[in-house]
Amino acid sequence: MKTAIIKYNAGNIRSVLFALERLGVEATVTDDPEELRAADKVIFPGVGEASTAMNYLKERKLDLLIKDLKQPVLGICLGMQLLCKHSEENDTECLGIFDLPVKKFESPVENLLKIPQIGWNNIAGLHSVIFEHVPENSYMYFVHSYFVALGPETTAIANYVINYSAALQKDNFYAVQFHPEKSADLGQNILESFLKL
Amino acid sequence: MLTKRIIPCLDIKDGRTVKGVNFENIRDAGDPIELGALYAQQGADELVFLDITATNEKRKTLSELVTRIARHVNIPFTVGGGISSIEDVNVLLNAGADKVSVNTAAFRNPELLNGLSREFGSQCIVLAIDTRFEEGDWYVYLNGGRVKTDIKTTDWAKEAVERGAGEILLTSMNNDGTKQGFALDITARLSQNLHVPVIASGGAGTMEHFAEVFEKAQADAALAASIFHYKEMEIQDLKTYLYKRGVQIRF
Repeated sequence: MKTAIIKYNAGNIRSVLFALERLGVEATVTDDPEELRAADKVIFPGVGEASTAMNYLKERKLDLLIKDLKQPVLGICLGMQLLCKHSEENDTECLGIFDLPVKKFESPVENLLKIPQIGWNNIAGLHSVIFEHVPENSYMYFVHSYFVALGPETTAIANYVINYSAALQKDNFYAVQFHPEKSADLGQNILESFLKL
Repeated sequence: MLTKRIIPCLDIKDGRTVKGVNFENIRDAGDPIELGALYAQQGADELVFLDITATNEKRKTLSELVTRIARHVNIPFTVGGGISSIEDVNVLLNAGADKVSVNTAAFRNPELLNGLSREFGSQCIVLAIDTRFEEGDWYVYLNGGRVKTDIKTTDWAKEAVERGAGEILLTSMNNDGTKQGFALDITARLSQNLHVPVIASGGAGTMEHFAEVFEKAQADAALAASIFHYKEMEIQDLKTYLYKRGVQIRF
């Protein structure tokens, strides 16, 4: 089985690589279209800023390539947000796999809500095969200032003053807002389930 | 709900943990990777590795150590100690650190915080402040607490957040090592007046102290070293205690 991680200017590629390594999987980090198309699984990671990331993908025509992938794809954090329609982060048009908006957290009272959300939050309403080995209300590690609204493709919900999408799924596209690669053993279970698809 | 975080801190010197003692089930108490992995297994929410001998010659050793930690530990971790430039941070993040903490260098050159947050994002930039209460207020200390400044901690923290610090790691020198509890007043003041998470450090002695700093001072996380290293408190027991008291905690 060939697992590819999309190489772009995102921050957490190494962490994902190490998490896969702990599962005994050697992945390739690449932006080569042929290699990405040929992979059995594609992981689209991401920590960073939306417009910079989208520009980078467009310059290399990776935006078109990603939309066209037929094998299971897993977007993580910014990767998930980029799979959505539009992000409020610098008013960025994204890939549009999921017809959902990405919005910024807003504190109802000044300093009540710490932004970015940093830490462990529980995920509920789980209904995706990637959560096969994850109990309801498990804690996952989140680091983000923007969130994806709820929609028909939501497969897990988290709450940070409001309910939002902790995970999405549509056809071969899977996405998680949290970092499975940093979410201890339960996070590893999610990666494992994805790799077994 | 977002949980409060329990963060063990490991002091590193020449690639070894300094305060490591006799842990059962681990072959080498001085090995930061084994100790870190053990804490992760016991329920630590994050780890902080503080390199207390960070010098330029040691930088390469540190980045190699960071990579080894990243390979083996499946929870987030922060690396600090002697970080003074964008290049330093670049090396450590590339090596696999999730966050870095900066202290003296950021105070001497606050522009560093702007540069770091622009380059890497605020979420991975932790500003560490060592503070001491004297003459009616809390003041910033530098160089591991050896150098006093005239700047109030509340002022520096506010400026640092405006410049891009994503979290504040606040260590009270008055409380550190006393085991008499965290500095609740200054922790609460920062937590209430900043829109970034505040990690309280210094003074943890009992489980009650952790509950207090979360309930009374609204700390987002609490850091401790010796009580965990010397097995005076098991992380799992602490989390059970906090859970029973109604503090949001991850199990």
